[in-house]
Amino acid sequence: MRFETAHQHTWRKIKSGLACTTAFVSAVLVISPLGLVFCYLLINGAASVNWDFFTKLPAPVGAVGGGMANAIVGSLELLALAGVIGIPVGVLGGVYLAEYGSARINSVLRFLADVLNGIPSITWGVVVYGLIVLRFKGFSAYAGGFALALIMIPLIVRTTEEVILLVPNGYREASLALGVSRWKTIIHIVLKTASKGIITGILLALARVGGETAPLLFTAFGNRFWNHSLNQPIAALPLQIFTYAISPYDDWHRQAWAGALVLVTGVFFVNILVRILTRGSGASVV
Amino acid sequence: MAEAALIAAEVPSAQTRMARPSRLGDQAFEWLTLAMAFTVVVLIILTGWQLWSGSTLAIKKFGFHFLTASTWDPVAEQFGALPFIYGTLVSSLLALLIAVPLGIATAAYLTELAPLWIRQPLISLIEMLAAIPSVILGLWGIFVMIPWLRNYPVPWLKRLLGWTPFFSGAMYGPSMLAGGIIIAIMILPIITSVSREILRSVPDLQREAAYALGATRWEATRIAVLSYAKKGLFGAVILGLGRALGETMAVTMVIGNTPQIALSLFKPGYTLASVLANEFTEATTDMYLQALFAIGLVLFGITILVNLLAQLLLRTIATQSVTRAVQ
Repeated sequence: MRFETAHQHTWRKIKSGLACTTAFVSAVLVISPLGLVFCYLLINGAASVNWDFFTKLPAPVGAVGGGMANAIVGSLELLALAGVIGIPVGVLGGVYLAEYGSARINSVLRFLADVLNGIPSITWGVVVYGLIVLRFKGFSAYAGGFALALIMIPLIVRTTEEVILLVPNGYREASLALGVSRWKTIIHIVLKTASKGIITGILLALARVGGETAPLLFTAFGNRFWNHSLNQPIAALPLQIFTYAISPYDDWHRQAWAGALVLVTGVFFVNILVRILTRGSGASVV
Repeated sequence: MAEAALIAAEVPSAQTRMARPSRLGDQAFEWLTLAMAFTVVVLIILTGWQLWSGSTLAIKKFGFHFLTASTWDPVAEQFGALPFIYGTLVSSLLALLIAVPLGIATAAYLTELAPLWIRQPLISLIEMLAAIPSVILGLWGIFVMIPWLRNYPVPWLKRLLGWTPFFSGAMYGPSMLAGGIIIAIMILPIITSVSREILRSVPDLQREAAYALGATRWEATRIAVLSYAKKGLFGAVILGLGRALGETMAVTMVIGNTPQIALSLFKPGYTLASVLANEFTEATTDMYLQALFAIGLVLFGITILVNLLAQLLLRTIATQSVTRAVQ
């Protein structure tokens, strides 16, 4: 039998320490883009985020100043449209997976929802272009909202299902024992108990699609003015950032940084809100 | 007596009402939720059908040649997707080359090596990184990362590896290298969080056995945890690949958008998703639009296959938490 020498033992310990350090450095490298991006957004964008930015239309080429009021409102309109379609479909789909459905059907649906979540978002832009824009001969807010809704559906289906599965069966049984029908039990007892988790999932889905640009490029298309009809092209914050970022004008670049700062603040705000909402309650997942 | 008779008369009617409660609401609600759940099936079929029917003419005209031809000339109506397929694959592989070691090392750090108090804050930060919209990372890429790359790492890379074809020539700015790095940043959070869940699902017995044999922390991680979780980690990598292939905005902004096949990573490239983003609204002729739909079909086909594979790999070891991290 051979024991390791003290020397070998030290070497193994050093190796372990080196590996730990390497892993630590990796972790720092992974999160460093977050800090870098946020710092540069503040440096380059903060100066241009002012009252005009939130209240004015984009300035014509060459003119300095202007804002992104139409893009901010446009983004909110698109999110509302997406929510109107995506939230009921997603939540009810999640209800089916959690409350009805045989194990086999559910595992197939769950699988497909996860696969859908991995489909590039630009694909939905192309599909909605074919389905709506070509058919109705024009870019529109409806098309943009619909494209965003398609991204939301599988996300919300999955989060809703997971939260509903956490509702204890005793709640359902108590309600059914009182003679309440199953669908009323689901709506009044199950969904109500799980509402916090479901809302969390919805908020995260909205934050996710609120930053999407690719599916809007050829559905909502963007607009330099106010949108007066949902049948018309509409501006969106991410689209405007994209247009400005790849333009050759310095003033537009400044506006792009400001827009990005506002957008990222909104997205982070929702994410932090969700974290606060879900803290302390073990029942809320996501 | 009269009262008792009244009650007796009422009871049966109440019973009949109880015996046949309306099941209509229940049925309707179940069918409604079923219909909503089936939208995920409908969406996949609808997407495949729409992309196919939008590109039938192009498929008929070019056939498989579409995938192997390298000319993309809208004016002459010659369309070949090879430069885009090449650009997508190379930028994604480059991204994986950067993101996989970093992501898995970070996951190992978060589950095995880090002090407990640092874990949760790090996890939150990684989730925040995942929340940054692609277009913002692209903006940062154009104005911060590319100039930095050009000034610092690139001259150094040229001196060290300039003799290989991969780092030859000059880098003027937007390039395959920049695209790969941006994609790596985009897919790092998902690779890290899925890997973390997989490492967490490794039974503690594994670790305890290793420590009982006198393993150091790193030895336990390497022998008992990482090798045990190999298959799941592979699933995480494939899932990351799926995201990398479809990454659009950030890449479009930094890769240069030139349909060429160049070995050097300093040269600009083009990806399937970027050509859709850039040229879809410019498609003036029917054939041009058809060719772009065909590009969409290729992208959809590749990503759906990669995602199917990833989900299958992850399902075999799936715990709830793993599937949750996937989202």
